[in-house]
Amino acid sequence: MKTEDLITLLATGAGAVAQPPAAQRYVVAVGWGAAGATLLMLLLLQVRQDLGQALLLPMFWVKVGFVASLAAGSLFAALRLSRPGAELNWVPVALALPVLGIWAIAAFTLIEAEPIERSKLFYGDTWKSCPLLIALLSVPVFAAVLRTMQDLAPTRPRLAGFAAGLLSGSVAAVVYCLHCPEMGAPFIAFWYLLGALIPAGVGALLGNSVLRW
Amino acid sequence: MQRINREAGFRAREDRLKDLLVRGLAGDNAAYQVFLTELSAHLRAFLRRRLVSLPDEIEDLVQETLLAVHNQRHTYDSAQPLSAWVQAIARYKLVDLFRRRAGHEMLNDPLEEDMELFTTADSDAAEARRDLNKLLADLPDQLRLPIMHTKLEGLSVREAAEMTGMSESAIKVGVHRGLKALAAKIRGIT
Repeated sequence: MKTEDLITLLATGAGAVAQPPAAQRYVVAVGWGAAGATLLMLLLLQVRQDLGQALLLPMFWVKVGFVASLAAGSLFAALRLSRPGAELNWVPVALALPVLGIWAIAAFTLIEAEPIERSKLFYGDTWKSCPLLIALLSVPVFAAVLRTMQDLAPTRPRLAGFAAGLLSGSVAAVVYCLHCPEMGAPFIAFWYLLGALIPAGVGALLGNSVLRW
Repeated sequence: MQRINREAGFRAREDRLKDLLVRGLAGDNAAYQVFLTELSAHLRAFLRRRLVSLPDEIEDLVQETLLAVHNQRHTYDSAQPLSAWVQAIARYKLVDLFRRRAGHEMLNDPLEEDMELFTTADSDAAEARRDLNKLLADLPDQLRLPIMHTKLEGLSVREAAEMTGMSESAIKVGVHRGLKALAAKIRGIT
């Protein structure tokens, strides 16, 4: 086929492009994924019994705020990485800020604590299961976000896969907050982040094969 | 002075092509066809400089990139420079080609600059080696017939729906998926 003929083929009946903007698609994907993660959490785990009291504690909201802003940052990253030629600009900063913030709070907590309490603040009671459960809850969001990304055009598939994974991991961590009894900043700063980084790593590995177009 | 001229030329072309694409995205097929035609000349020059050792691949890759631009045109945001969008797609397809060729050639791209794509053009199209008609013929009917009727024979979606007994939305989806399947086939075989 001559290039001229291909162009005629593509242009004939091409019509107007009426597809919802990428941001809208991602919000829908995250919404469905979060619903799936919540369902998983209710089925496999349960809501922490003292949730009503926990809601009154500032630390609970520090925890939610950390993972929610990580989710927001990675949503922007996913959006930019889905469009050819879009610059990342301030997105890495938006991702680094919540991490540095929680690390600062964690460091302050550890410095202030009695030496004997430090390991309890870091390991809590659930460090073994926390990252794996967050990774497990991230599966529905991961699938929905990756599916959306496949319809767009990531030109840096590894990085795009990483962003998709981080988005799903941090949304899953928000849901996990409803179950998790841990309230120590050092615990959150390490194990929650690790939990969100597991799907991010998987995304980076899968990116090259799954996100090609 | 030369630099200023070059920049002015680039601006003019960026604005012109962007205007054509935006009109095309709004449903003006004639503007869209002009856009693709002018873009193909820029792509050819851009790829020729990078495929010095693989001259036979140039026209195939021009076609593959045009198909990608078409399939992904919904990702273009008119707030974004068109050159950046198109150049990222062209580079992605180029890297993909090198990867398929098992890394025999490395992407050697010292001329990386944003203005490059639109400041050069080459309308001397060689024959593509790959025959898209053959690939098209291999698609399953529900993808092939919508493309054949609406794109090659120029029927409207409604006429194509009547002729095939498919619904109008199945025709539209068939065209969209069919062109994506075509792009996937190209990646798979070369």
